[in-house]
Amino acid sequence: MVSKTSSSYVPWSEELAVSIVEKHRAERGALMPILHELQDLFGHVDPRAIALVAEELNLSNAEVYGVVTFYRDFRTEAAGRSVVHVCRGEACQSMGAERLARHAREHLGVEFGATTSDGEVTLEQVFCLGNCALSPTVMIDGRLKGKVDEAGFDELVATSRTRAT
Amino acid sequence: MEPVVVFVPLDAAVRSLGADDVAGAILHEAAARQRDVHLVRNGSRGMFWLEPLVEVSTPAGRVAYGPVQAGLIGELLDTGMLDGAPHPLFLGRTEEIPELRRQTRFTFSRVGVNDPLSVADYEATGGLFGLRRALEMTPQEIVTTVADSGLRGRGGAGFPTGIKWQTVLDMDSDLKFIACNADEGDSGTFADRMLMEGDPFLVVEGMAIAGLAVGASEGYIYIRSEYPDAVATMAAAIDIAHLNGWIGASVLGTDHAFDLHLRVGAGSYICGEETAMLESLEGRRGMIRAKPPLPAIAGLFGKPTVVNNVLSLATVPPILANGAEAFRELGVGRSRGTQVFQLAGNIKHGGIVEIAFGVTLGELVEDYGGGTASGRPVRAVQVGGPLGAYLPRSRFGLPMDYEAFAAAGAMVGHGGIVVFDDTVDMSRQARFAMEFCAEESCGKCTPCRVGSVRGVEVIDRIIAGHNREANLELLEDLCETMVDGSLCAMGGLTPLPVRSALEHFPEDFDRAGAVPL
Repeated sequence: MVSKTSSSYVPWSEELAVSIVEKHRAERGALMPILHELQDLFGHVDPRAIALVAEELNLSNAEVYGVVTFYRDFRTEAAGRSVVHVCRGEACQSMGAERLARHAREHLGVEFGATTSDGEVTLEQVFCLGNCALSPTVMIDGRLKGKVDEAGFDELVATSRTRAT
Repeated sequence: MEPVVVFVPLDAAVRSLGADDVAGAILHEAAARQRDVHLVRNGSRGMFWLEPLVEVSTPAGRVAYGPVQAGLIGELLDTGMLDGAPHPLFLGRTEEIPELRRQTRFTFSRVGVNDPLSVADYEATGGLFGLRRALEMTPQEIVTTVADSGLRGRGGAGFPTGIKWQTVLDMDSDLKFIACNADEGDSGTFADRMLMEGDPFLVVEGMAIAGLAVGASEGYIYIRSEYPDAVATMAAAIDIAHLNGWIGASVLGTDHAFDLHLRVGAGSYICGEETAMLESLEGRRGMIRAKPPLPAIAGLFGKPTVVNNVLSLATVPPILANGAEAFRELGVGRSRGTQVFQLAGNIKHGGIVEIAFGVTLGELVEDYGGGTASGRPVRAVQVGGPLGAYLPRSRFGLPMDYEAFAAAGAMVGHGGIVVFDDTVDMSRQARFAMEFCAEESCGKCTPCRVGSVRGVEVIDRIIAGHNREANLELLEDLCETMVDGSLCAMGGLTPLPVRSALEHFPEDFDRAGAVPL
C-alpha cells in the first residue's frame, strides 16, 4: 500500500538500491522486504531495480519480474501524487460501495488502476480494508476513512489535492 | 491534583472516524481549562456504533462517552466529562454497556482496555503468565494442553490446533518455524487487525509458546499491507519484546531462543491461503502448493512449520494461564471455547462479539447487531467471508458451530458476518463471488483460474435471461468441477456463495424475461 504522497519519493539511485539489497541480503526470503523498501523509497519498482536485484540475489530477471507483477501493490511506474483505494468487498457492497466505486470513476474520470491526466490521483480498487463495520471505506495515501458517501469522497480527494500541492 | 486519565482509541477503524482529531481536541481543550490530562491511546472495545468512544478514569471506574466528535469536546469538558459527569453521550461504566457486558472476552480480554504497547499494563493484566507457565512444562505437556482445550484454527478451516502442533513436535528436524497468518483478507473480518493493534504482545506471546511447544526457534508473522497501523504496532511490539528479553536469544532468561520477524504482504488475497503465504514469505509469487505435503511436515523453506491464524495463537496464552478446562467448558459440540464474531456490513451495531460457540446466527445479527443500519429488513447474511454461504433469515436459528454450519451447506469460517438488507440483488452477489475468484486466483489450477471467468459469463447469461435452464445446468456443472478439481479453498469454496445464493434466493436469478439466444 502506498502510505505517503509522491513528493517524498527520491529519484532512482543505483547506490541507494544496492544499499537496500545489502540491508536485507542475509534475511530469509529477502526479496519481498527488498521490493517493499525499494517502492517506499522510489515510489515504484523501477525496471532498473529489477535487473539489479536479480543480479545481486542471483535470481533471473524473470523471477524478480514475476514477483513484482504478481502482487497488486508493486508498480513499475510512478503513481499519482495521491493514491485512493476504494473498497469493493462484500461488507462495503452492502452499504453502497458499488455506487461509490462508480462515482469515484466518474468523478476522477479514470478507471481503476489508472491515474488522472494531471498526474494527481491514482484510483485503485481493493477488496477489504478491515473496516467492515464502518462501510463504505476508502483509503487515501494510507489513511483509512470510514462511512464515506459520494460527497465525502469528493471532499477527501479535494483535500488530498490541496495537500499534495 | 493527579492528571485525569482519558482513553481515545488508536484502532485504525476508530481513526477512520476521526479519533486523532478527538484526541487532539481533548488535549487542547483541557489545556485551555488548566486541566491536567494523561491521554492513553487504547485499542477499540469493538462497539463501532459508539466510536469514537472516549473513556475517562474515575473513582467509580472507567466511564464512557460516545460517539464523540472533535467539535463536541469543548462542550463535553464544560459539562464535566473529566469528572465523569452526565451528558447525552454519557454511557455509564464501560463494562456495564449491555452489548459488552454480555460477552465473554477470553482472547480479547485486553483489547480496548490497555495501552497496547505498555509493558507494565500487559504484565499487570496477566500478560506473560501463559509463557512463564509454558517454560515450566515439557513441549508435550504444552501441546497436550492445547489439544485438551479443544482449540480449533480461527483462520476459517477450524483444524484442531493441538493436532497440528503435535505433528510438528513429532518431526525430527534441525530447523522448524512458526508462521503466523495475519493476512486477514476476507471482507467482513477485522478481528485479527483489532487484536494486533489492541494487544500485540499477546500475539508475540502466543508465537513464543508455539515455538517452545514444537521446538521452533524462529517465527514469522505475515501481515497484509492493507493494515499499515497493525504493521506498525506489531513491529513496535516485537522490538519491545526483544528489548525486554521476552523473546530473542533467551526467552525470559531461559536457554530457549525464539526470534520473531515481521513480513508484509503486497496486496494479494490468495496469500492468506497457508501455502501461498509460505511461498510469499520465501520471496516468490503467491502461488499455492499442492498438499500433501502438509506445512507441518514440509512448510517454510521445506521445514516443519506451524501455520496458525493470529487469533489461534493469541488464544493459547490465556489457555495456558487458565487451564485447558476453562476454555473447553465453553462452547457446543466439537466447537469449543469462544469465537470472536465480527458483525459487519449493513448492521446497526457493528463490531466485535466474543462469545462462546453455540449462540445462534439470529441472536448475533438481531440481538447483538440490532438489525440493519438502513432500518430495512435483513434479507441475507454472508458468513465466513467471500467464500462463505449466503443465508436467508429462515436460517437464523442455526447455532454458530462448525459442524452445524457444515451440515447446512455453510461455514463458520473466521466468524465474520456480513449483513445485507432487502435491496440486495443476490444474482449480483453470486456474480461477484466468481468475479472475485477470477481477480484473486493465483492461476495454478485450471478449475479456479478458468472456471471463475466462465462462471461470471454464465451468470451474466442467466441474469440476462439467455437460455436460462441450460445455463443454470452449466453453472451447476462448473461449480462441481471447481469444488472437486481445485487445489485449494479459493476455487473449491467459491461455489459456496454461488450455490447458496441460487438455493435460497432463486427469484433473483429470474428477473429478466426469457430471451432467446
